Amino acid sequence: MLFQQITNGLTIGMIYALIALGYTMVYGILKIVNFAHGDIYMIGSFLGLFFLKELQVPLFVAFIFSAVVTALLGITIERAAYRPLRKADRIVPLISALGVSTFLISVAQLIWGTEMRPFPTSFGSKTYVVGSVTISEIQILILVLSCLLMVGLHLFVKKTKIGTAMRATSINLTNAALLGINTNRMISLAFAIGSALAACAGIMVGIYYNAVYPTMGYMAGINAFTAAVLGGIGSIPGAMLGGVLLGLVEALAGAYISTQYKSVISFAILIIVLLIRPSGILGKKEINKV
Amino acid sequence: MNRKLFVLIIAALLLALPLLLGQVSEFWLHVMIMIGIFSILSMGLNVIIGYAGQFALGHAAFYGIGAYTAALLLINYDLSFWLVLPISAIVTGFFGFLLGTPVIRLRGDYLGIVTLGFGEIVRLIFVNWVDVTRGPMGLPGIPAPELFGYSFSGKIEFYYLILVLVVITYFVINRIVHSGIGLNMLTIREDERLAASIGIRPNKYKIMAFTIGAFFAGIAGAFWAAYISYVSPDAFRYLDSVNILAMVILGGSGNLAGSILGASILVVTPELLRYVSEYRMLLLGLAIVLMMIFKPTGFWGEKHRKLNFYGKVQKGEGK
Repeated sequence: MLFQQITNGLTIGMIYALIALGYTMVYGILKIVNFAHGDIYMIGSFLGLFFLKELQVPLFVAFIFSAVVTALLGITIERAAYRPLRKADRIVPLISALGVSTFLISVAQLIWGTEMRPFPTSFGSKTYVVGSVTISEIQILILVLSCLLMVGLHLFVKKTKIGTAMRATSINLTNAALLGINTNRMISLAFAIGSALAACAGIMVGIYYNAVYPTMGYMAGINAFTAAVLGGIGSIPGAMLGGVLLGLVEALAGAYISTQYKSVISFAILIIVLLIRPSGILGKKEINKV
Repeated sequence: MNRKLFVLIIAALLLALPLLLGQVSEFWLHVMIMIGIFSILSMGLNVIIGYAGQFALGHAAFYGIGAYTAALLLINYDLSFWLVLPISAIVTGFFGFLLGTPVIRLRGDYLGIVTLGFGEIVRLIFVNWVDVTRGPMGLPGIPAPELFGYSFSGKIEFYYLILVLVVITYFVINRIVHSGIGLNMLTIREDERLAASIGIRPNKYKIMAFTIGAFFAGIAGAFWAAYISYVSPDAFRYLDSVNILAMVILGGSGNLAGSILGASILVVTPELLRYVSEYRMLLLGLAIVLMMIFKPTGFWGEKHRKLNFYGKVQKGEGK
């Protein structure tokens, strides 16, 4: 029972972590919360469904296609809805993001309808029993692929030249620009990577729950954002840690305390963590200078 | 003088409106009532966001607490609506105080996520505390208000009631934000550390802003419960908080009349777009983005004050 819940919690936690990375990378550079990110994840999921069902491509090709198209969507959204607001008050891009979110949901509803759609793949239904734990093929895929993506992202950010430029941009935008880094390109890149990761998460969730629907981005977005804040928003390892922690807490609270109140418990934990340590678990402490 | 005339014309129009609209349809009267409810909500949120500068994302939770408090009192204890209205407002204000006390230490987006979390928690309690709230089924059969033995049955009565409530809310909040309290809040919004350095206690005024905002949301909630005679958790979702926030920003934060304008726009626009029903949310989303790009201060943003606390024109700022 305990190990089963831990497995389930890790699975959903990995999904949260993948989505949370998108929030945290954008926040790290621009200091804005991209509230439309949950809906980008939803679009990614629908695109995966489209490639699988209409174009009949194999699953991994669907992942790649969907990630690329969603990345382009992320870049476009940044160009159209956030870039013109770069100098504005912090609350302005937030409202703009809410507009983008409404827009994306209604686009999905116009194209794909409002009802839930099943995911037409035979993959993932097979289950394995390890000791007392039952684990399905899709859970293994989620755990392995998420780990690969996160390790890949970590290496990319830490070891490559572009990754270094991205980190420089997130430390100080103006200074990075003075050093000759094309900061606009770095911002686009952050949106592209975040959106692509969200698309992968979207497809995996679609297979895991066998359901895709236009408003699926809302709860996933809130949970992932919670995860990002929990781990320390702006910090990439923080987002991973926060996601996994939140998934575990939700699964264990759902199993041992109350299914209905599991979201309440995770929000309560978030509030407590923020009150004790406002910058999250791995976040850097904000120093307020006059 | 022109301003007085303008206000008089608006007042006359609002008073005569049911007579004009009553001929056309009950539906537009309902739209007017919804504008009234959302005006009260957005004016309350404006105190928190526009004046105290605190980014709160869970205003629908206060609205819901007000509505449920009123519904439970009206159904279970058979109290008069005129007693329940202030009680709901005070209870909700107390919740605002309770929420405000721990969270005011947080800034910006962190405050946003915590208030958002608070909103979700409140909604989940409405859904899951079935013994009291009947969960997703909601509470039906809330009795209509009575005044001197005369029961509020039609939309016209409710229209005049909400009109009175909006006017009271406007005048009370207007007095508060134009008093020393309002000036202190503005100072905190502009620079918290500066405010603290000249002897304004930021925490005190931030909690005050939360309490005031919640208090008026409680009034709106109690009115809503009596008007619809049914409350369910569906009316108090995160999207409703977002909607109220959008009203404050679109109308212009830091200006109460702007909040009423914002509420009117965001209540009426979806109704007008009904004729292109499939595309209406799409157009609304686009309109919000375009608005933020081309006029981020909202339609009717804050005018910088020309008068100081003592009512005299300050040097160099007049005209």
